[in-house]
Amino acid sequence: MTSVEPSVLADDVTASRRTRSAGQLAGRAFAGLTTGAGALILAVLAAVALFLVVRGLPALTSSSADLSARIEWFKKGQTLLGYTGPLIFGTLLAGALALLIATPVAVGIALFISHYAPRRLAQGLGYVVDLLAAIPSVVFGLWGVLWLVPKLVPGFSWLHEALGGVPLFAGTPSPTGRTILAVGLVLAAMILPIITAVSREVFLQTPRLHEEAALAMGATRWEMIRMAVFPFGRSGVISAAMLGLGRALGETMAVLMILSPGFSYSLALLQASKHQTIAANIAAQFPDANPSGVSVLIATGLALFVITMAVNVTARWIVSRRKEFSGAN
Amino acid sequence: MATEAPIRPAPAVNPGEMFEKTRGRRRFVDRLMTTLVTGAVAVAMIPLVSVAWTVGSRGLKRLNGTFLTTTMRGVFGGMDAGGIQHAIIGTLLITLAAAVISVPIGLLCAIYLVEYGRGRLAAAVTFFVDVMTGIPSIVAGLFAYALFTLLLGPGARAGIVGSVALSVLMIPVVVRSSEEMLRLVPNELREAALALGVPKWLTILKIVVRTAIAGITTGVMLAVARVIGETAPLLITVGVADSMNTNLFAGRMMTLPVYVFGQYRQGLVPCANRAVACLPTINLDRAWAAALVLIIIVMALNLIARLITRYFAPKTGR
Repeated sequence: MTSVEPSVLADDVTASRRTRSAGQLAGRAFAGLTTGAGALILAVLAAVALFLVVRGLPALTSSSADLSARIEWFKKGQTLLGYTGPLIFGTLLAGALALLIATPVAVGIALFISHYAPRRLAQGLGYVVDLLAAIPSVVFGLWGVLWLVPKLVPGFSWLHEALGGVPLFAGTPSPTGRTILAVGLVLAAMILPIITAVSREVFLQTPRLHEEAALAMGATRWEMIRMAVFPFGRSGVISAAMLGLGRALGETMAVLMILSPGFSYSLALLQASKHQTIAANIAAQFPDANPSGVSVLIATGLALFVITMAVNVTARWIVSRRKEFSGAN
Repeated sequence: MATEAPIRPAPAVNPGEMFEKTRGRRRFVDRLMTTLVTGAVAVAMIPLVSVAWTVGSRGLKRLNGTFLTTTMRGVFGGMDAGGIQHAIIGTLLITLAAAVISVPIGLLCAIYLVEYGRGRLAAAVTFFVDVMTGIPSIVAGLFAYALFTLLLGPGARAGIVGSVALSVLMIPVVVRSSEEMLRLVPNELREAALALGVPKWLTILKIVVRTAIAGITTGVMLAVARVIGETAPLLITVGVADSMNTNLFAGRMMTLPVYVFGQYRQGLVPCANRAVACLPTINLDRAWAAALVLIIIVMALNLIARLITRYFAPKTGR
């Protein structure tokens, strides 16, 4: 130690200290930057909620007389709740129809990919189903209203004749076919890919031993699926369906283009001008709305935000809970 | 008494026989389910094939060089003119701006989750990124609108507002895919770099991110493909325009999806007294052609993304 000149040693130490502290500073800055980006995500989500509340507040606090005086399409004597109620009903109805149609088909495809198809075919098929997710919603809308809906009209009148006694299919079917049932069909096609993708992943994770045990006991393939695959994948399919529901609830363009809007709590699926969804109503009214109108629309948007958040949080919660128990990963 | 009773033979039906009896039914159910499952695949093919066929055949009628290189400026009624140049430029600019906003934030957030994140904040971010993928696009549009009207006053419509709306939808997708890719980078690489005395942040930037860059690019392209077809948020934030506007920060802009919707909404043109050069279906023809261009762009992005993964991804040994 003593052989080294003190000044050199001191220089060395300060130099290394300087570079170390510069490096530490950069490291800390980088860590701070990434943490900031993570926190920003939470901030954005909070900001979405906050801005909707702030901008929707004028509508939430003003009286119904005020609103109807200022807004052309707001009926006299109607409350904000009275305006939003049928919209929420329409949104939920369209989502439920889409879910009822899409889930069985999606589970079928997922099973085909995971347990029926040869491996090569399965891979290609998974890719093809993903392509369905890539089609923009406005294209689905255009296809739905100009190609699909005219073809559905005879089917709708047949449904009415066969099952007219059921309230769902009561009432004279709309000659244009622009009904909530048509919307449900198109939405089902749009949410099919996400339900299929999630269910497929879950089915593929079924423990191989359970399947082989079932088959060894003499079960047919379907019995094996019922005894080994479904019990294992049930919660996964439920959360997949809820993710699909979240998509369907927020879908705008297809509904806007296909549905002939109306405000009521009607269950008649075959009649036009009875239903409207929140998202489609916003898109339809927003471009020409005055400030009060915008506020009312944002308040309905807040309702949509809360509903979809609740659905998504529940779905994700089921998925994350399942991860802990399944032993996969 | 009971003990004296003669020993009866086992119940008349032995298991093997029972098996034989139900075999037919069980086999039938199995076949039926196989048919149903295969049928589900066939049902799913209907929308895909028919969308592709309808958009392809109807769109090709109008899709040509002129359509791609003219705007809608001065086009009215049933004129046999007009195109989507302004819409293509608008879509590219707005989507590019959205990518410029989302990619750094998304990538940094993914790095945080993989390399730094521990504890409650990381758990919250992971959960809410998933939840954020479920935000309806129209709500993202409302948010961007509310944000900018607060900053710039009411009635503000500009391309950048649409970009902000799209980036709200895009960020979670970028985070999720980048995160997956960063997790695939083997820990040995990190340890080797750290053992050589490379600081952690340089290890991440020069080793981890560089190894995963192909996958990250793929994820970004898929995210772009997802938002490039979004209509509703742009409809309420950017509005519509008939002529070219290349300024993201002022004035309305046209985008392809909104163009498709706008043309559809104008519907059939009533052609009076068989005027020359009046096409009644011109608006719908333009809508189909623009939809075809949109689908081609989205599919191309998807295809390029897959090719990048296939040719540039590091081998993971599986």
